[in-house]
Amino acid sequence: MAFLNVDQLRFGQGEWQLAADFEIERHSLTVVIGASGAGKSTLLALIAGFEQATAGRIVLNGIDVTQLPPSSRSITTLFQDHNLFAHLSLKDNIALARHPGLKLSIDDWHQVDQAIARVGLENIAQRRPGEVSGGQAQRAALARCLCQERTLLLLDEPFTGLDPARRAEMFELIDGLRQERGLTIFLVSHNPQETRYSAASALFLHQGQIKARGLLSALLASPPCVELNDYLDQVPAARSPK
Amino acid sequence: MDPRVAGRAHRLNPFSLLVRDAGWFGVVAIILLIALVGGTLLVLLTASPAAVLSTQLADPYLYRVVGFTVWQASLSTLLSVLLAIPTARAFARRDQFPGRGALLRLMGLPIVTPVIVAVLGIVAVYGESGLLNRYLEPIGLSWRGHFYGLTGILLAHVFFNLPLSIRMLLPAWERIPGENWRLAAQLGMTAGQRFRQVEWPALVGVLPGTISVVFLLCFTSFAVVLVLGGGPRATTIEVAIYQALRFDFEPGLAAWLALGQLGICLILVVALHRWLRAQPVSRGLKTGQPRALGFDSVGQRWFDGILLTAVCGFVALPLAAVIWLGLNGPLARVLSNATLWSAAGRSALISTLATTLALTLAFGLTLGARRLSTRHRQQAAEGVLLAGSMTLAVPPMVIGSGLFLLLLPLGLTFDIATALVAIVNATLILPYLVRTIGPALMNSGARYQRLCLQLGMSGWQRFRLIDWPLLRKPLGFAVALAATLSFGDMGVAALFDTTGMLTLPVMLYHQLGAYRFNEAAVTALVLIVLCALVFVVVERLVGQWRS
Repeated sequence: MAFLNVDQLRFGQGEWQLAADFEIERHSLTVVIGASGAGKSTLLALIAGFEQATAGRIVLNGIDVTQLPPSSRSITTLFQDHNLFAHLSLKDNIALARHPGLKLSIDDWHQVDQAIARVGLENIAQRRPGEVSGGQAQRAALARCLCQERTLLLLDEPFTGLDPARRAEMFELIDGLRQERGLTIFLVSHNPQETRYSAASALFLHQGQIKARGLLSALLASPPCVELNDYLDQVPAARSPK
Repeated sequence: MDPRVAGRAHRLNPFSLLVRDAGWFGVVAIILLIALVGGTLLVLLTASPAAVLSTQLADPYLYRVVGFTVWQASLSTLLSVLLAIPTARAFARRDQFPGRGALLRLMGLPIVTPVIVAVLGIVAVYGESGLLNRYLEPIGLSWRGHFYGLTGILLAHVFFNLPLSIRMLLPAWERIPGENWRLAAQLGMTAGQRFRQVEWPALVGVLPGTISVVFLLCFTSFAVVLVLGGGPRATTIEVAIYQALRFDFEPGLAAWLALGQLGICLILVVALHRWLRAQPVSRGLKTGQPRALGFDSVGQRWFDGILLTAVCGFVALPLAAVIWLGLNGPLARVLSNATLWSAAGRSALISTLATTLALTLAFGLTLGARRLSTRHRQQAAEGVLLAGSMTLAVPPMVIGSGLFLLLLPLGLTFDIATALVAIVNATLILPYLVRTIGPALMNSGARYQRLCLQLGMSGWQRFRLIDWPLLRKPLGFAVALAATLSFGDMGVAALFDTTGMLTLPVMLYHQLGAYRFNEAAVTALVLIVLCALVFVVVERLVGQWRS
């Protein structure tokens, strides 16, 4: 049985329509690629429950979550920005994942400390998001996702603002966590080249439709449709070997 | 309608739809506001016999009142804004002199000073027997016989609105990027060219809003015209409504005047609405004008220095005069008078009730608007926020007149009058609170809605941990300002009070009317001290309360 089954999902905003129908396996890493406005972030928002589909179902681990609110789905999301509350310390931001009212047990705090240690933020955990670098803030947001103990991690271009070295570092951290904790990862990326080191599968979205799917490396090496070829022409970095 | 909800919408009636999208708090706040404003309108319409209108339309008094209202508001706006432009420019150019912050704070004082207190100070300094006339008379420059009427009204309106205009215009200079100044220096622009090419483009962004706000404030000014108007020649619509209800007892005429005032204000607000959005008021930040560009000539320094001294003196002198006269008045006699403290207590009660009611309405409206906004109903959200500013178009005197006419048959007891003044004052301060809470809550919603949904944070938990820390400081200032304005407001309280004991400002007005100036000076001092106390206590209580 597939871990995530997106079944005949439909979503419309005026004339623009998104249609998605696919499955992904447990512990896999799936990359969604496509030009701006293709519907990548909308697809993530539908899976996370931030938007309501007009038709179709989302089945996660055998449970139909289509009508469930975001916090009741076994899904956590790392956004591009605004992942942390600016007025709370990194540690409190992470602790919110254990209790949204910040009423944590000793065991909860222990888990928060473990997550902080796992992303290497022990020395700056009491700082606020504005007092740390972009990379450190995203590490804290990732620690918060870990603390939520959800099985599906959605990443919505979360490292766009980071320099190439930090981005590579974050992808390595995430891939390590996937293997270590058995996470399933669904990632939206502008630059698929960055995730090429792992055996990722990919979906190519074009104007709200899934035009191609398969192993990322295979799609990049020999695009099966003209739209993907055109897209890759616009993102030259995607073609070059790592 | 949003396509995602269209499929389910047919099962819900419009009211259920509103409740679902705006939440109960939003719906209750909207219903309360509509009931108050709509109910007032209904009362005014039923109390306006057509016969009275036809008589009034033939009476030149009506045209004189409307004409004078527009004339004095236009002149006051012109004077205030014309003087504010060079003064704000001087503040922007002199961004580092000692005491600049204190002078900018001084420019904020008239906003919170009770109108009736400031009027006393203006009379004491610029009046016929005032300080200035005493020095001008020996050199033949006296304006004895010319103060009451248009001159006095203009002086008082400039006293209130020049500082407000300066604070509204100053952000224009603060927003000019440093690169523009450097470019102007590189191109060798003269002062005039810099004003045209660099400063004016920034200024036109804030000038229409400033003119609109000042014009509306002067158009609906009540206490200033009541005290300084000096008779029928200088009467505005607000004062005419008051006189029709309190002295001539012509409810029909008052109702028509109130409807006329409402109509004109609505037209003005609709015409000016795009400039009436919340604008940042300067907090005295440094400007981007670099000092080392060689713009600063000796002549300019002198001009700015003289202008800033004159404007600050013009604002500070009446306030200083009130304190001086109060300290030298019959302090012991006035302070031992129990009536003073009972009026002060009633003012505090009205202020507390009004602020609580306005705050409840403001939270209801803004939370409703945020809920609508997160459900992709932006226009409805903006409509709800606009409803919070609706009372800008419906002057308190109009609402007060409606409530006065509604409850007159029941007899206006002291308790009823207290409640009515509190309700009208709540509508007076509601726009300030909505304009403070609205952007902060909407911004928090836009940034954190998805994160809160993901973490399952909602209701009180979300408010306590996420919204309150963002709201605390701006809300502390806004609530303090609202409570102080309500504490010192005289407008509608004067309508409901026949004894001069209802509130402290009305008591002061009655003392001035009875020519008991020594007592009035002490009462004014007490009013200023209590206003300052209310401001400081409320700002600290709200602004520093940690959830």
